[in-house]
Amino acid sequence: MSAAATKKEPEITEALAKEHGLSPDEFRRVHDILGRAPSYTELGIFSVMWSEHCSYKSSRLHLRNLPTSGPRVIQGPGENAGVVDIGDGQAVIFKMESHNHPSFIEPYQGAATGVGGILRDVFTMGARPVACLDSLRFGRPDHPKTRHLVEGVVAGIAGYGNAFGVPTVGGEVYFDASYDGNILVNAMAVGLARTDKIFYGKAKGLGNPVLYFGAKTGRDGIHGATMASAEFDEESESKRPTVQVGDPFTEKLLLEACLELMSSDVLVGIQDMGAAGLTSSSVEMAARAGNGIELDLDKVPRRETNMTAYECMLSESQERMLAVVHAGREAEALAIFAKWDLDAAVVGRVTDTGKIVVKEGGKVRAEIAVGPLAEGLRYERPFARPASLDAERALDVAKLPVPKDLGVTLTTLLASPNIASKEWVYRQYDHMVRVGTVVRPGADAAVIRVLDGAEDPARAKGLALTADCNSRFCALDPYEGARLAVAEGYRNISTVGAEPLAITDCLNFGNPERPEVMWQLVEAVRGLGDACRALETPVVSGNVSLYNETEGRAIKPTPTIGTVGLMPIAADAVGVGFEEGCTVALLGVNTDEIGGSEYLDRVHGKQAGVPPRLDTTREVAVGTACRNLVQAKLVRSAHDCSEGGLAVTLAESCIQPARAGAASVGVTIKLDEPLRADLLLFGEAPSRIVISFPPEREAEVRAMAVRYGAPFEVIGATGGRRLQIYQQSTRVVDVPVDELTRAWQGGFRAVVS
Amino acid sequence: MNVAVVRFPGSNCDDDAFHVVGRVMGQPVRFAWHKESSLGAADAVVLPGGFSYGDYLRAGAMAANSPIMGAVKEFAEKGGPVLAICNGYQIACEAGLLDGALTRNASLHFECRDVHLAVEGKPTPFTRAIPAGRVLRIPIAHAEGRFVHPNIEQLEKEGRVVFRYVDSAGGTNDAANPNGSMANIAGTCNARGNVVGLMPHPERAAELILGSDDGKMLFASLIGETGRRV
Repeated sequence: MSAAATKKEPEITEALAKEHGLSPDEFRRVHDILGRAPSYTELGIFSVMWSEHCSYKSSRLHLRNLPTSGPRVIQGPGENAGVVDIGDGQAVIFKMESHNHPSFIEPYQGAATGVGGILRDVFTMGARPVACLDSLRFGRPDHPKTRHLVEGVVAGIAGYGNAFGVPTVGGEVYFDASYDGNILVNAMAVGLARTDKIFYGKAKGLGNPVLYFGAKTGRDGIHGATMASAEFDEESESKRPTVQVGDPFTEKLLLEACLELMSSDVLVGIQDMGAAGLTSSSVEMAARAGNGIELDLDKVPRRETNMTAYECMLSESQERMLAVVHAGREAEALAIFAKWDLDAAVVGRVTDTGKIVVKEGGKVRAEIAVGPLAEGLRYERPFARPASLDAERALDVAKLPVPKDLGVTLTTLLASPNIASKEWVYRQYDHMVRVGTVVRPGADAAVIRVLDGAEDPARAKGLALTADCNSRFCALDPYEGARLAVAEGYRNISTVGAEPLAITDCLNFGNPERPEVMWQLVEAVRGLGDACRALETPVVSGNVSLYNETEGRAIKPTPTIGTVGLMPIAADAVGVGFEEGCTVALLGVNTDEIGGSEYLDRVHGKQAGVPPRLDTTREVAVGTACRNLVQAKLVRSAHDCSEGGLAVTLAESCIQPARAGAASVGVTIKLDEPLRADLLLFGEAPSRIVISFPPEREAEVRAMAVRYGAPFEVIGATGGRRLQIYQQSTRVVDVPVDELTRAWQGGFRAVVS
Repeated sequence: MNVAVVRFPGSNCDDDAFHVVGRVMGQPVRFAWHKESSLGAADAVVLPGGFSYGDYLRAGAMAANSPIMGAVKEFAEKGGPVLAICNGYQIACEAGLLDGALTRNASLHFECRDVHLAVEGKPTPFTRAIPAGRVLRIPIAHAEGRFVHPNIEQLEKEGRVVFRYVDSAGGTNDAANPNGSMANIAGTCNARGNVVGLMPHPERAAELILGSDDGKMLFASLIGETGRRV
């Protein structure tokens, strides 16, 4: 008998089940499924598989209404990541996932392992990761924890991604008091694969050996999935030992070994060990194939002694993989792992029992039918519109004073950490490794070229990538907020000149057991589905993160949307910066909608009103026009309107040079709308893109806008060193570009220094 | 010319160097695996960037002791051209191919951005063809690139400072120094001039689609070099 087996296991009681996050009802279901009381190991397995994090028990009922298919979709949700066809026998594989709770407890390792986990999800399917994006949300800038969390999270993402060798090319950083006690770290990975070399997490072929490879198993991260499925409280700090430690060097070896294994023909199925480690990888692989798996834990490489079956099954040690290979080909696989200096062992085999059987020390420690384990639970949680919402929305615009100097207001907004340059962040990320980054961070979307298979590297096709959400809109109206998030992703992709293909979603919400939070989730998912259908960007992968609250205060509903687009020629992409001597025009229509805007919050201290209206038909018209204008090389710059409205968009196009080393350029704008000046300048109506082009191309540009049904109006011309905006004949803004630049460049640094 | 790109565990700019030598410059190129003890037929060697062995002990320290480095040293001693980029530069310093050390950036942060470089010192296989006074725009991406050396004067006197961080007009000042390197040093060579190391990544600036092709001049210089030798 092994040393581990001599350890005394605790008595299985309802109280112990509760400590494992299982309700009395759920505990009874465990009994029903097994036809007996569970062993300690079995209780552990049920608790992680049925956690919110692994089972999606609160959200699944609603998620099924999302559009998940389309002509280019090869694999939608349910696998390790989504797969979309990009032509020429190639596919883009991508997914976004949260690592919120670990990052709040231990920001560096929490963020680092978040990146590591999402990279594995992508390369386990056969893709080489080519880009990462990170959507980050922190508490208010002056909260005592914020600076430490920002520095730790950014360093963790950099530490992992840079060493692994994936360029981190985009994302977002926002600050809002609702994240004071529960930050959000949503990491997105994008990879490229051949369509005939995509691998799935299926344990097929009776008798096939199950291989473990990668890092050794330790006691770290036990019950990480359960922690991710509970609210935060004062004791959460004591959960630090449940945060895993990442090793990007091992991950890099794991990637190379996986791709080498995949280029041979020995592999049947493969899955990374993410949340719930060996448990979820083996159960999900068996379930997808309709088979069983038998595991012998004595064979699992370990870095700690006396680990029990319970600990082995629940460990969330990082950088580990589970693979099924063809019987008799084990030695070939093991030789590849040896080449890359990775631990590896045959730890089990595929069976026809439909059960997961876990042996250790010669004894069976767990024996459970994989069906009910993998299917998990499905809750139809009650939901109700919060009674307080109408009061929160109440806004009397007439009572808002118009600022005396709108130039000063513009400078204030540019210095807002939510709008200011994020250079401090992305300079710490290696955003150029793999010589693919054609449009660097700071633009509406990043563009990377696809070198594999390109006849001419200078004319390679490109992938456009962005991550977006405005959670202030979502708090005021989760349905409209989610639609607006999808629309912003669509627009950002179109702005650089690419065609939006599909999205991944990372749904961050509070405690779903509270009806008002559940209502936010239901409404956001409904909005997500409607927008994705209208914009023809199906959801191919995603993640749900619930219980994002501390001591009863939930975060703002935050459905982060990662969008991937395709460009025929990456080098044709445009940036946001103006150059001298161009005509400036607006695709879209200005309005006086001000609800939920950065201006309202920053200048008037109000988060109120309703989000601006989204007309998806217009969004498509504007996006399609812009994309075609860029690809036809008719425009020199394009920049969409989002936080801070039209004035901030114009300012950013002035500040950012058209090319590295070029000087920034001023602009003179004339607007005719008879709207209140502050609302016109700083309102955040969607479906607007500011473009610039040489004056002699105006007729062609106008004709193309008209062809695609996009509203088009010339609003000014570039030149000089000042940003001047006239409304009818009144000059409402007149600020030197240098002053705008100082505000925009300094706003974020103020948070971290 | 045959170029060998050494691949250490944790190298991550190996593919990039391979791409530039092979596709951009059109030269025969292959990888040399760290466990091998011979380079095979090679006319030049690239030690690429990355995080060899995770840089866990000290950047470059473990890779400096891998079997392939014996062959690289032998190659260098015979006068073979070696270009050591970023982590490759750290490895070359740790292996004794070059003097000095690369320490933690003064900012304590990883820095990824374009910098400007002046090309100086004695002629090397990688800089000989670069026009005098030309300022190069090439990106950096490192956390340990602060060059330190016990005798900078000697290094300068021997013409072994090959690249220096400058501003876009070619001026040497603190603002142009991204990591706190002594004397703004970005790259150096050995006494013979055949081994050149630098922290910036010329392979990331070898195509206009990426924003600059100034880095291509290092590779073009090398190819011209062997052409002349033949």
